[in-house]
Amino acid sequence: MVTAIFTDAELRQRAWDVAADVVDPEIPVLTIADLGVLREVAITDGRVEVAITPTYSGCPAMNMITLEIELALEREGFRDPKVRTVLSPAWTTDWMSEEGRRKLREYGIAPPLAASSRRALFGVQRVACPQCGSEDTEVLSEFGSTSCKALWRCKNCREPFDYFKCH
Amino acid sequence: MAIASIQVSETPLVLYTLRRADDALILGHRLSEWCGHAPMLEEDMALANMGLDLLGQARELYSYAAKVEGKGNDEDKFAYLRDVRQYRNLLLLEQPNGDFARTMVRQFFYAAFADLYWRAMMKSGDATLAAIAAKSEKESAYHVRHSSEWMVRLGDGTAESHARAQTAIDDLWAFTGEMFEVDGSERALIDSGIAVDPAALRAQWLKTISDVVGEATLTLPKSDWMQQGGRSGRHSEHLGHLLSELQSMQRTFPGATW
Repeated sequence: MVTAIFTDAELRQRAWDVAADVVDPEIPVLTIADLGVLREVAITDGRVEVAITPTYSGCPAMNMITLEIELALEREGFRDPKVRTVLSPAWTTDWMSEEGRRKLREYGIAPPLAASSRRALFGVQRVACPQCGSEDTEVLSEFGSTSCKALWRCKNCREPFDYFKCH
Repeated sequence: MAIASIQVSETPLVLYTLRRADDALILGHRLSEWCGHAPMLEEDMALANMGLDLLGQARELYSYAAKVEGKGNDEDKFAYLRDVRQYRNLLLLEQPNGDFARTMVRQFFYAAFADLYWRAMMKSGDATLAAIAAKSEKESAYHVRHSSEWMVRLGDGTAESHARAQTAIDDLWAFTGEMFEVDGSERALIDSGIAVDPAALRAQWLKTISDVVGEATLTLPKSDWMQQGGRSGRHSEHLGHLLSELQSMQRTFPGATW
């Protein structure tokens, strides 16, 4: 329970930890902290306000994530939490944590290549297969099962796999 | 019983933002019409994905237009409760999907423009528009790449795919000039650093288009006669049909939620 004996700094840390544990409904191994979607937590007059940033403009997971954050905070005793969306600076896959990249790979999704410059987007991509590690892979479809993924295939182990696109 | 359309106070910034929002909504809706009908599963997903990107951009832009206008309108009212003559999108984007080649040519012409446009708009003096541009720019980069590859595949494919792609280019060409048009309302925003002048992007757009069309063994029409009217609400007959489907639920059951 939250009571007045906590300082704003302590409350903020607690709220951050709670929000940071919320997972992406479409890639449940990743938390919103791993993704870099969680941007800011502030306490104003005892009320918590969380700022998140969308991955893609039309990502349908954002509504779900907003609801999950509110519910998680309320369960921990934060009353009437507020979640707002910030657009700037625009989210990039470069914000994904190392921990997040490792979890993605273990889940069977190739993590985004680092440094998502336009050159990386239009240059030659070497995406390693998350199953066998081979770089002998090819793209099947630029657009996959969600906005953030493309569909690839490994020519070594013949397994198809999702690739989290650079953005 | 049908519900009346809303009134919009089209100050220059509201009008400007609605024009871009309408572009994104109308093209996004057209792409969504392919859902379940594309020639292969991967393309079905690709077209739906791009439609979703555009719908997301439209929502951000409508919400901002509503905030700037400050008259109690919102993203849903802008989308569902404006009539054909109140829509401000480019004529190119309301053109019917036709065959897959026509959809790809329309997509290519627009994505090659949008990519340049949003990249330039990242420097807008309006912080919200600059932020929306920064998101849209990344998405449109993927749209250009996708449609460029299809242009080459169709143009340099079979005699049939070549002929269909060339016909689509010839038919849609006259709608491309409108992307670079500016009226008095928009000129003031350009002069104050809120908007960018699309005419300045035309040479680069033409180079991108020409390179890909050349590689695809297709040709661009010589004609420079251009059709326009969408920005001021004079649309082709196709938009009314699109809106009647898009708006039917809210027009029939006003305020319905689920």
